[in-house]
This record gives sequence, C-alpha cells and structure tokens, in this order.
Amino acid sequence: MAEEPDVRITVNVNGADCSRDVEPRLLLIHFLRDDLGLTGSHWGCDTSNCGACVVWLDERPVKSCTILAVIADGRRVRTVEGLERDGVLDPVQVGFARCHGLQCGFCTPGMMLTARWLLDHHPDPPPAAIREALSGQVCRCTGYENIIRAVRWAAENPTSVPE
Amino acid sequence: MNYGPLPRKEDARLVRGKGTFVDDITLPGMLHGAVLRSPVAHARITSIDTAAALAHPQVEAVLTGRDLAGTLPGRDFSWMPTLSGDVQAVLATDKVRFQGQEIAFVIARDRYSARDALELIAVEYEPLPVLVDATRALDPGAPVVRDDLDGRTDNRIFHWSAGDKAATDAVFAAADVVVTQDMLYPRSHPSPLETCGIVADADPVSGRLTIWSTSQAPHAHRTVYALITGIPEHKIRVVSPDLGGGFGNKVPIYPGYLCAIAGSVRTGRPVKWTEDRSENLMAGSFARDYHMHGEIAASRDGRILGLRARVLADHGAFNGAAQPSKYPAGFFHIFTGSYDLRAAHCEVTGVYTNKAPGGVAYSCSFRVTEAVYLVERLVDLLARELGMDPAQLRMANLLQPDQFPYASPTGLVYDSGDYPQALRLAMDLAGYADLRAEQAARRERGQYMGIGVSFFTEGVGAGPREHMDILGLAMADAAELRVHPTGKAVLGVSCQTQGQGHETTFAQIVAEELGLDPDDVDVVHGDTDRTPFGLGTYGSRSTAVCGAAAAIAARRVRDRAKIVAAAMLEVAESDLEWADRAWRVRGDPEQARNIGEIAMAAHSGLRLPDGIEGQLDARAVYNPPNLTFPFGAYICVTDVDPVTGQVVVRRFIAVDDCGVRINPMIVEGQIHRGLADGVGIALMQAITFDHQGNCLAGSLMDYLLPTSAEVPSPELGTTVTPSPHHPIGAKGIGESATVGSPAAVVNSVLDALAPLGVRHADMPLTPAVVWRAVQGQPLRTDLAGG
Repeated sequence: MAEEPDVRITVNVNGADCSRDVEPRLLLIHFLRDDLGLTGSHWGCDTSNCGACVVWLDERPVKSCTILAVIADGRRVRTVEGLERDGVLDPVQVGFARCHGLQCGFCTPGMMLTARWLLDHHPDPPPAAIREALSGQVCRCTGYENIIRAVRWAAENPTSVPE
Repeated sequence: MNYGPLPRKEDARLVRGKGTFVDDITLPGMLHGAVLRSPVAHARITSIDTAAALAHPQVEAVLTGRDLAGTLPGRDFSWMPTLSGDVQAVLATDKVRFQGQEIAFVIARDRYSARDALELIAVEYEPLPVLVDATRALDPGAPVVRDDLDGRTDNRIFHWSAGDKAATDAVFAAADVVVTQDMLYPRSHPSPLETCGIVADADPVSGRLTIWSTSQAPHAHRTVYALITGIPEHKIRVVSPDLGGGFGNKVPIYPGYLCAIAGSVRTGRPVKWTEDRSENLMAGSFARDYHMHGEIAASRDGRILGLRARVLADHGAFNGAAQPSKYPAGFFHIFTGSYDLRAAHCEVTGVYTNKAPGGVAYSCSFRVTEAVYLVERLVDLLARELGMDPAQLRMANLLQPDQFPYASPTGLVYDSGDYPQALRLAMDLAGYADLRAEQAARRERGQYMGIGVSFFTEGVGAGPREHMDILGLAMADAAELRVHPTGKAVLGVSCQTQGQGHETTFAQIVAEELGLDPDDVDVVHGDTDRTPFGLGTYGSRSTAVCGAAAAIAARRVRDRAKIVAAAMLEVAESDLEWADRAWRVRGDPEQARNIGEIAMAAHSGLRLPDGIEGQLDARAVYNPPNLTFPFGAYICVTDVDPVTGQVVVRRFIAVDDCGVRINPMIVEGQIHRGLADGVGIALMQAITFDHQGNCLAGSLMDYLLPTSAEVPSPELGTTVTPSPHHPIGAKGIGESATVGSPAAVVNSVLDALAPLGVRHADMPLTPAVVWRAVQGQPLRTDLAGG
C-alpha cells in the first residue's frame, strides 16, 4: 500500500517507442491495455495458466499478466496488433481464419503470437510439436484441433511472411 | 446453395485483435469497481466499517447493502431476483452464505486503487455452522442456510418428479435383472476465458442507463434490470459486444453488475467492473452438483425395461439456476435417453448449501448432461452384469426410425432420429471389432486399454412459449429483416453470439432464402436498441429458435417480393414461382426478377396492388412447437495406468446428428469444443470444497482445464435427420458434445479397469481418484478429505 513514486519507462511496442510514467507494480498486460489502449491482448487468469495475455518480450513469448511493465523498460514488445505488416496479414492470422481456428477469439491473439514464434524457429512443425508449443495456453472453444490445423496451414503457406 | 463451410465474418476483426470485449471499453471519466467478498462460508455479519476505504485518496465511493437500499428512489436492491424466482443478496446485509459472497463494492479512479481499498474495509463475522455436504442438507438439525426466507426451517428448495411411478415399480418388480449405482456428477464450472464484467453508464440528464456487459441474454437482462432498479425499460440499453465465450456462465445477472449500475447512478460517472478469475470460479454460476441414485431394469437376454432415478441437486446458497420455470431440474427427465423402454420415473430434490449459487450453467442443455451421464453409466453397468458388449446392448435397445415422433415415458416427444445408423457409423469409424481385439491382446500383456461408448439424445431449443418461460418471459426469439433499395439486407436477431459465429450462419440462412450472397447480409446482435426482443443464446437455442425466426422473416420478405415482382412483370402472382434465386414466370423462366431488382422497385413509384405497402422489410417471432432432439454416438479410447492412475485419451470418435447443417465448418468446431469439455469434465475439472466451505478450485492452478496436451484429434462422422417441425430442419449443436462425451470418457476408463474389478468411480477421474478406485477405496470428489 505504501505509495511508491511512478517510474518513467520507455517500451518499444510493435516498432514504436512508448514512454509513460507507471506504478512499479503495474503489470505489463495492464500497461498495454489500459495505458496504451492496445486491447488485442487479453487478461484471463492472473496465474499464467491461460495464456490469453501472451505477447513477445524482445524475441520470446511471455505471459504479460505475470511480467511487470517496468521489466519491459528499454525492451521490445510485440502484440497481436503488430502481427500484420504493411496491411498484409501474417500467414498465422490467415490460417486461423481459414481453418476455423478461433471461435470467440479471446485466446486467439496469444495463440497466434506463440504460433508465430514457433514457426520462426521451426518452420515445418508436426502436429505434436504444435501441441507442445501451445500447451501452456487455454482455448475453451475450439478443442485445439483447428488451431493445430491453422498453424499447419501457416507452415505450408509462408509466402506472405515479411522478412 | 448458401449452406456450406463458409469462413466467418467475425474473424477479420478477431484475428487482428480488433474485437470489442467488455473490458476493452473505456469511457471518459470512467471509474473502476471492485467487490469485497466473504472469506468464510457461513457467518453473521456484525459490522462493516468502510471509513478507511472511503478515506483512500483514489476512492470515490464505497457501497454496502445498506447503501443499495437507498440509491434509487423507492428501490431496495440489496436483494435481487434470481432467474429461478428465488432472491439473492446483492451485497450481504444479514449474513454471508458462501465463501466469496459479495459484501461491499469500492469505486475508485483506477483498477488497482479499487482493489487496494478492499483491504481497508473491516468486517466482523460471527461464525455459524457450515453446511457443505449436500447429502446432509435435509438432516434434522442441519444449519438452515436461508433463514431470510419467511418461515424457512430446512434447506429444501423443490421436489420434482416425472414419469409413472407405479408402472415403473411394477416393471422393476417383474424384471430379471436390476442394476443400481450411486453416482455424483460433481460441481463444475464453464470458466469461459473471458470472465464476467460490465461497464454501466447512467446518464443523469437523459435518465438513460447504458450497459455493456457479458450477457448471453441482453433482452432478458434489460427487463430484469428495469424490474429491479425501477428505471423505465425504454431508458435502458444493454449491449453485449464480443464475448470471450459463455457456455452458460453469462446467463445470470451477477451482484457485481448491479453494484456497477448503482455506482454509476451514485457517482454520475461510468463504472467498470471486471471480475478476476478467482471471483469467476468461486462466485460465478456453477454447474452440475447432482448426487444421483440410478436403477435400470432389464430382461436376462438384454432388453432394457425400465429406469428409476432419485437425485439430490445441490443449488448452493441461492437458487440461481436458469431454466424454464416449470422445470426446476431442467430437462433431466430426458434420462430415459435413446432407448425403447416400458416405464421410467425420476425425482429430483433441490437443496441449499453454503456453496456458491447457481445451477445448470455449462453447456448442459438444461441438465440433459446429467441425465445422459446417468443412463449411459447404467447401460454400461448393465452390459457388464449381463456379460454383453456395451455397444451391442445399446444397438439392441435403441429407438428405431419408425418410432418417431416418439412419446417418451416422462412426457417428451422426440421429433426425429435414426439412432442405429449413427451408432453403426461410429462403430465403423472406430473400427470397433478391431479395437476389442486389440484390447483383449493388450490385457494379455497386462495393459489397460478402455473403449467407452455413449449414445445421447438432447432436447434443445426451448421451448413452446405456453410451457417454457424464465421469470414469466416466454422462451421465444425474434428476427427483423430490413432490405435496402439495392438489395442489401440487415438482419437483427434477439440471440447473441459468444463465438458460435452467428454473424456468418444467420447471413447464410437469409441468403439461402432470398437468393442473396451471404456478404450481402449483415447480422446485428447483442444490442437491445438495435434488435428485437428474445430470450437469448443458451441451451443450444440460437439456430433452433432464432434461426427459425430468421428463416421465417426471410420467407416473409420473399412473399412480399412476389407481389412486387408480379407488378414489375405485369403478370398474376399465381404465374410466378421461386426458382434459382429469383421469382420467375412459370413456363418462361427468363422472365424473372431477383431480390435486388425487386427491392429497388419496392422502394420506387411502381404501382402496387391496392393495400400493398412498399418496401420489403419483415419480422418474425418464433414460438417453437416443440423442442428439437439432436443425438449422437461417441466412442472414446483410453489407455490407463493403474499404478499411477494416469489416463491418456487416445482417440475420440463422434457421430453427431443435428439435423440440417447450415455451416458444417462451424458445426464441427462446436463438436470439437464439446469433446474437449468431455475430456476436461471427466478427467480434470471439479469445484471441490473442504468441510469449512473453502472453495478448493479458486484458480486455474487448482481448477484444471484441458490443453492441447490432453485433448486428442477428434474423428467426426455425420448423419442428417432433419427436424420435421423446424423451418429449415436444423436442430442445434452447441452443447451436444459436452452433453454426450463425458459418459464416453468415464465408460472408457472404467472399461479399462474392469479386469481389476473396478465397477464405478466418480468424476473427475484424476490420477488420485483412479488410483484409489483401483485400491478399492473410492474417493469422494465433492468434498476434500471426504
């Protein structure tokens, strides 16, 4: 409860530097959603079990509900709003829509960011590897099958990936 | 043909992170609410001191139950009606009745300060004896949970029965074989990934109240808000934007919603409240919690003759179940399942306990889930008793196609079905005989492989309005179709999507009827200012009820278009026929007008017959003549390690018949979801309590949801038996797999363990539960240490 002074942080979010004064305890997910208005990342559980809040911190997917905003100071964050490049959807986004890999769409941003990371490091993952990569995230709608298919589709159709 | 696997209109925004969920909404001057909850399950409140919280520099207001009594003139909404006609405390004034019950509401300038200030509220409790064990709820001397109700001296809520008791008893008395089993369908929780929330904006100038909330039934909610608050209904707008799943969790009105409304009225500013995951799991509407005693009677040669069930239904501290008001146990009386039997009788007693309120919610089609589980477990136990194969026993007793419409012994009339075809297809897809051979070979090697079968019949699409209502509101739904001069259309519907893809499916329905492209039809839902009244989306109702309304509205447009087309072509209406997406002159099909051409003419100065208005718009309210009855056959293959208790679901085969499929891609997605539910509910998910009433599943670390690691790739099969009374022959699919699949998983695990003499174990079949069952020391799964 003790009042601590705000901290000035600068985070590069989807390629643009964003500076804000924040409470030291502010969670990254709330910084993104409430301070920056980037509501594509969702908050789901508080305990890093569900993965609705997954974003990239530098080059790795993290659960932004258990990362402080100050930890992101001076680092890069990529959110679902940064998947699309120059008006071209990432193949993962196309794959999710084509394969019915989403229903309510609440887990989808986190799922897609993990999928993008997987494909960047493992361009042709078998279904078992996709299941493994996504096993720290929860989807309540799809039963995962069409998410696996969506990631496979993206692996097989990588052409629109901007280099 | 516009039916088919069309990609969804919703996805363009959702894959870009551009959806609008309730917590995404921010209004100028918006404040944030947080709920103080009881740490104990049963206690008298002796004092609540909010002074320190009010002194917090970021706090604008703190509400207790007393404050709710005076927020709006002449209105005390410290208590509210539940959807079952009970009353529920919004903020506790007398005592708390479950852990997590709402006591106070802090309104602050930011989320974190609101939570901080909760810790500054001092509440003194005088502990009371706690009732957690539903099986003791009716004992003499049990603590009375609801002493607020006039004259209440026990914990009984209702007693309800269906079927012919005398006839059933006679069948049982004469039967060769009777098999009996007690089984618990444990308390579960739908746990949509988005928790519940609201933004309430009461405008002191216009008197209008605008609500953005996680609501599966925005119109019904608006009516209830008007009744509770006294704000005139036409001044209330409920918007249910993109929802992050619902599964029944977002049917009720929760105390937090009313607190936010009161807070906005009090402060004159918008108030947002978003519950956290613990609040969702501990205080949000739960499901199941049915203690069931089932009996099945049969002849020695495997003819099922009768069924009996006695059920104790734990509804928690307030009866917050949402179901048709004449059916306090929902459609549990469909427990005779898919079988041709002579007599059946069931009775259900509902009780209060010191557990979170609710009931029903979680893709259960109003308690059909519990009913299917009961009968499908009993049939498996009967097969074991008779030494018969469980699939063959089912096949021998399924209703035959020529028996439809079929009047069930408990008063339901099944509309249509070809059950043997569905079971045969599932067995073919599974390679059933080969699986049994593999199982036998594995058993020789000491490996425990299980093959579980379930067959289900659901009754969905409630309901005929004369029989089915919630709080007096008949369970009908409506559609309003406007056709613009250029032939583009907007369909407003009273149902609401939580991921089911209504914006796509309903456009396909209208496009099919009018010869339009689905892209030419926009679907509006989830906004009471822009859509007609109806009861909303739950119980697999959307396609079955609102989908019918959409088709009928479109047919009315087509009928109006015929009059205009006749005027355009200067022929008699009787000379026209609808063919190939246009009204055409019989015998001269080149003479034709499509809806686009007709719409422009209908808005023009074209001379129309006397009494005919221009334009084409139409609306329809659909009052279903009966429920629809989807059905299916599921086979689950598991591998069980009796030493560790671990279960691996190897295969899941599902044949579903939901009548006509509008968008098979979406239908299959719904089935995938339900099969994952089956794995989760059967093996992982349960809301358990300790003897003090502490909820032991208050986070996703304790309430385990299935991930991609546990759920196998499903293998689906399709049969199509249209509903004869539905305008497009559709039956509904949203809950089928959640209803049908848990029994297949449990039957599979117990089939695997049969050589070890394990007859039954209650869900969830966690490693501990399985291991204890193998040891012959069954674990009670509703109470820790019980």
